Amino acid sequence: MKTVWHDRRHLAATGMKAAAAFLVAASLGGMATPAHSQAANARSEKIWNGLKTDVFEDRAIRTDSGLVRIEAPKRAQDAAIVPVDIFIDPARFPGGVKALTLIVDVNPSPVAATFQFGENSGVTHLSTRLRVDDYSYLRAIAETADGELHMAETFVKASGGCSAPAVKNQSEAEKTMGQMKLRQFAGEGSASARNPELQLMIRHPNNSGLQKDPITQYFIPPHFIHKVSVSQGDRQIFSMEGGISISEDPNFRFDYVPDGKGEIRVEAIDTDGKVFSDQWPLEAAGL
Amino acid sequence: MARDRIGPSRRHLLQGFACLGAGAALPLCCGHRPALAAAGGTFTLSEIADGIHVFSGANETMNAHNQGAICNLGIVIGREAVAVIDSGGSIVEANAFLAAIRGITDRPIRYLVNTHMHPDHIFGNAAFRDAGAAIVGHRNLPPALAARAQFYLRSYRDQIGVQLMEGVEIIPPTLLVDDRLELDLGGRAVELRAWRPAHTDNDLTLFDPMTKTLFAGDLVFLEHLPTLDGSLLGWLGQMDELATIEAARVVPGHGTAPASWPQALEPQRHYFETLAGDLRKAIKDGTPLSEAVVGAAQSARGQWRLFDEYNERNATAAYAELEWE
Repeated sequence: MKTVWHDRRHLAATGMKAAAAFLVAASLGGMATPAHSQAANARSEKIWNGLKTDVFEDRAIRTDSGLVRIEAPKRAQDAAIVPVDIFIDPARFPGGVKALTLIVDVNPSPVAATFQFGENSGVTHLSTRLRVDDYSYLRAIAETADGELHMAETFVKASGGCSAPAVKNQSEAEKTMGQMKLRQFAGEGSASARNPELQLMIRHPNNSGLQKDPITQYFIPPHFIHKVSVSQGDRQIFSMEGGISISEDPNFRFDYVPDGKGEIRVEAIDTDGKVFSDQWPLEAAGL
Repeated sequence: MARDRIGPSRRHLLQGFACLGAGAALPLCCGHRPALAAAGGTFTLSEIADGIHVFSGANETMNAHNQGAICNLGIVIGREAVAVIDSGGSIVEANAFLAAIRGITDRPIRYLVNTHMHPDHIFGNAAFRDAGAAIVGHRNLPPALAARAQFYLRSYRDQIGVQLMEGVEIIPPTLLVDDRLELDLGGRAVELRAWRPAHTDNDLTLFDPMTKTLFAGDLVFLEHLPTLDGSLLGWLGQMDELATIEAARVVPGHGTAPASWPQALEPQRHYFETLAGDLRKAIKDGTPLSEAVVGAAQSARGQWRLFDEYNERNATAAYAELEWE
């Protein structure tokens, strides 16, 4: 004999109308209803309204220019690894973008990362992976060479179930910390004239840190990559300052315009002051 | 007690009432605790082997209707004491579980074994702590819970509702398993084994040599799509080791219990090999994560319940792991 939980609902429906009505209401309240989503939207917006003055003071932020675009899944599948793509339309501002700030409103540390792009780096697309703690807008704010701010946003629903924005394999993450991998992808066909791409992967737990738990006595101090610099030859492609909203094993994929045949060099620094650096020859295919 | 000795040939079915377990000795429709009233159904433990009783969870995600009762739970009864395997996904469920246990035996519940960190397995811990059980878990379980406690408590308020979260505490184990540990229940010793990262980084199994019954926790899924919150390579890599356990039957964390062993490993092995194969190809081709996870393992879709709920998430975690190969 198996327990059939439907029986329970049947019982409630036939014998206890009040209870049944409550049950339906409770179950709807427990799921991602449109009402729940709207409340979450409002909460995210409210946080942002307070936050934007802290980050950008009283500067105007345009939201209608189409200069920047952000894409993420509508629902975070794994709260610890939410892929996000930011596109910059160079045709909209030939002077280029000098900085890009990535924000997750509801996270404990909402400013996920700030990228500064080198002159003529040619970056028009950058993707990374974020931790997303709850229903939130993800925002990309681009700063043009002449100091204008342009924003795009997308709303991400929290992942359901037991997926948490935490490190999956703590002891392994400590062991492999600092390993780096670079992949180079050729630009696609001369017709589309797409730039070559790089994918930079850094092994690091990027831990948010924990308060000491009074019961378990476990304490994990915050420990994350806070600076990354990527150059080709003598020229910087970008530098990044980041925090704990970047997923463990920080991962950046971006296009760029190579200049000469100089190697790709990467330096990353974590909050313990550890410096990780590596370099790779420019692959022919990457040219 | 004589009824402890009823053999597996005569299935021993016992029903506990959730509202009694919760101490609410009131009419079911009393109104002021509607969540408990709604729980006025049955919680059934089936005796699957001598002194081993199992509750079969629903193949669903946790919600207000199922009251968090989605994973399999069990008990092993020794001459002196009882070991409980996982505490359930809410206090309502845990109290129903306790009431059902008390309908079978009055021996003390000496141990609550947590097979891993997920809420459907541990949200009932407080009820068993209060019943005097020592909580047992993998050495990695306390830090894993500490890293997730606040998130679990908040996100499940949204998912299953405030009512059902009442009384839920994240309670870490006090007795930790480094590698292996025997628990003596009086004339019956059960063997605990801590595994390397697989389903999570804190998976623990319990084996009862007397009846050759393996409680695999979420290292084994049947019907319900396996969920990955640890290491795909670690899980695949330990399946052969799991298979060497000389069990006659397995109680998986989710899906039909008991099931034959080690055949029960095959469906999930096939799924993970398919997932890994599809993702390795995508990674080799340079397909980004966000695109690769959509198509991965879709050929296995018809073979599992909850595929759409969990496959993309599994693929996301697996992609991030496999691209370091």
